[in-house]
Amino acid sequence: MRAYTPKDDVQAKSYYTDRYYVAPQVPKQEVETDEAFAADLAALKEKFEVKEAFIQMKQMIVYINANDIYGVLEFLRDELTYTQLSEMSAIDWLAKDNTFEIFYQMLSMTKRKRLRIKFFINNGDAVDSVEKLFRCADWSEREMFDMFGIEANNHPFMKRILLPYDWQGNPLLKTYPLEGDEFAAWYEVDKIYGKEARDVIGPEIRDTARVDRYDSERFARLGFEVPKGTEITGNEEPNNQDYQEEGGVFLIKKFTKESSKIIDDPQR
Amino acid sequence: MAQVKNRLTPFFENITFDREDNELILNFGPQHPSAHGQLRLMLHLQQEQIVKAHPDVGYLHRGMEKMAENMIYNEFMPTTDRMDYIASSSNNYGFALAVEKLIDVEVPRRAKVIRMMLLEINRLMSHLFWLATTALDIGAMTVFLYAFREREYLMDIIEGYCGARLTHAAIRIGGVPLDIQDSFLSQLKTFLDKLPQNIKDYEDLLDTNRIWLMRMEEVGVVSKEMALSWGCTGPMLRASGVQWDIRKEEPYELYDEIEFNVPYSDKGDNFARYRIYMEEMRETAKILYQTMDMYEETVKNGQTDLMAHAPKYISAPKLDIMTQNYSLMQHFVLVTQGMRPPVGEVYIATESPKGELGFFINSQGGPYPYRLKLRAPSFWHTGILTDLLPGHYIPDVVSIIGTTNIVFGEVDR
Repeated sequence: MRAYTPKDDVQAKSYYTDRYYVAPQVPKQEVETDEAFAADLAALKEKFEVKEAFIQMKQMIVYINANDIYGVLEFLRDELTYTQLSEMSAIDWLAKDNTFEIFYQMLSMTKRKRLRIKFFINNGDAVDSVEKLFRCADWSEREMFDMFGIEANNHPFMKRILLPYDWQGNPLLKTYPLEGDEFAAWYEVDKIYGKEARDVIGPEIRDTARVDRYDSERFARLGFEVPKGTEITGNEEPNNQDYQEEGGVFLIKKFTKESSKIIDDPQR
Repeated sequence: MAQVKNRLTPFFENITFDREDNELILNFGPQHPSAHGQLRLMLHLQQEQIVKAHPDVGYLHRGMEKMAENMIYNEFMPTTDRMDYIASSSNNYGFALAVEKLIDVEVPRRAKVIRMMLLEINRLMSHLFWLATTALDIGAMTVFLYAFREREYLMDIIEGYCGARLTHAAIRIGGVPLDIQDSFLSQLKTFLDKLPQNIKDYEDLLDTNRIWLMRMEEVGVVSKEMALSWGCTGPMLRASGVQWDIRKEEPYELYDEIEFNVPYSDKGDNFARYRIYMEEMRETAKILYQTMDMYEETVKNGQTDLMAHAPKYISAPKLDIMTQNYSLMQHFVLVTQGMRPPVGEVYIATESPKGELGFFINSQGGPYPYRLKLRAPSFWHTGILTDLLPGHYIPDVVSIIGTTNIVFGEVDR
């Protein structure tokens, strides 16, 4: 019987896990162990609801409400000197509880501190754009839209950024296979040659490890192999073009097909 | 200004082209030699002046983050080479450091010193490459030839170490795979002794060059606010008046034991960026001299370990694998199944030659990262062109792209 593979997460899975294995945790510290973070958190708690906060790897992680994100980042930037948004993106938890986790990685240069603002949104919900606060979010939010399909409200140009505008599917979702889906396999054939060429050309094979070890001649037609010796010219006239000029070249013997010999036997 | 109707016969009879403005849309790239890779810019022009710029990226997208989710940690290391392929060891290092923090291992001192040497050689290679290509774009062919000559010498040293010139994969999670070769230090010293004279040669060619100054001074001014808002890092940020270098502020490896300065300027124009690259090359040479001394010290103290000792995550040395049963078994498990870091998250930023290179890893205790986000500095240095180009003229586009120092391997990832 074939092993069951869950359809909501088609990423690579370890093929063996000790059934008694319990994964260790990266230790978390209380926010109070760091003065600067504790002060920041206290200031943040006065204005916004903080769901959870802890320190991991010397960085504070703060969970907030999704609606507060614009206000929180504005407060962090203007009051708490977190003047740079290093990075933002999402984590796909759709298979677990149908949510996305969004994170905003912030940097304060005066305090030399980094913290991460996080919140969860349901599948299909949009986030509030922070592009007005940090211009870099313009591109980050577009990338998030491109990769996860999460839209940002009030974004000036909510279009795909890395993939073509007419692409379908969001590659960083766990439901999206590594080698691409049906649409990806036909994208270039459809676009360049048209749908009617599908039968002639065949789908794009994105599995780079796929090699037909028996085919040493027709590697360009991988996936459409025929037995060795099959006539593949399609009644095409043999080409008897001479590639050397009539007079010949100094010191080079003229090549003719008649005088040459093709060695058929690979063993010789 | 009143415009006459477009006299061209419209293809569709029911559409008339009644244009109020005189705007021309120029498509720059993606196959343009000065676009430094696959950058496409849509420029809206009023005569020669740009009124709107729309950078279009993604022509080199390979889905590295997706690939990372489907690979064991060690498998992903050669893929990181293909991000910033001008200085690939710095990507290797950023990833290795993030995973090392996650699994909490301490890298042996000699490995740290070798890593720092590799990182700084990569920084020199990247800066020389930047100088060469930017000067070439602006028309200074001589500087291109000189800078590439020096870069070639560095690539030979690196080739002697790891066998590759561009995609090094010279750093492993937990250390480095090899000790440096016998000729490494002497070759590096020969190079470094000559470097100040080389840098002076470039400066003699450029610093007072009328054309160079016209193309560089007061062109592409990035204000401090703009640089912070756009997430600029590295020389882009330091040229705009923020003295922020991660090597200095959040020291990793042994950078806290090293004396070096962080050059910065508050002009923010192309020329400031050029000056910062030149000064950084001098600082890098300083750092390299010190790391060479540190290496000699490790030799004197007999610190020969190159890989961290963490049997759960990192294979034992070759000798142990070949002689001890348990080491062999552990090695077999680590190669076929991969290490399983603890459950948790880490974001580690390092100072790559281009800026802040960050790796965000969310591990769920499995052999594959659950989510890996690559924070590549060039991504935002490309984005800033949207706001930076309007108001400039067409020739400025080339010099501004040049001084932003973007590499499309890491923009598109």
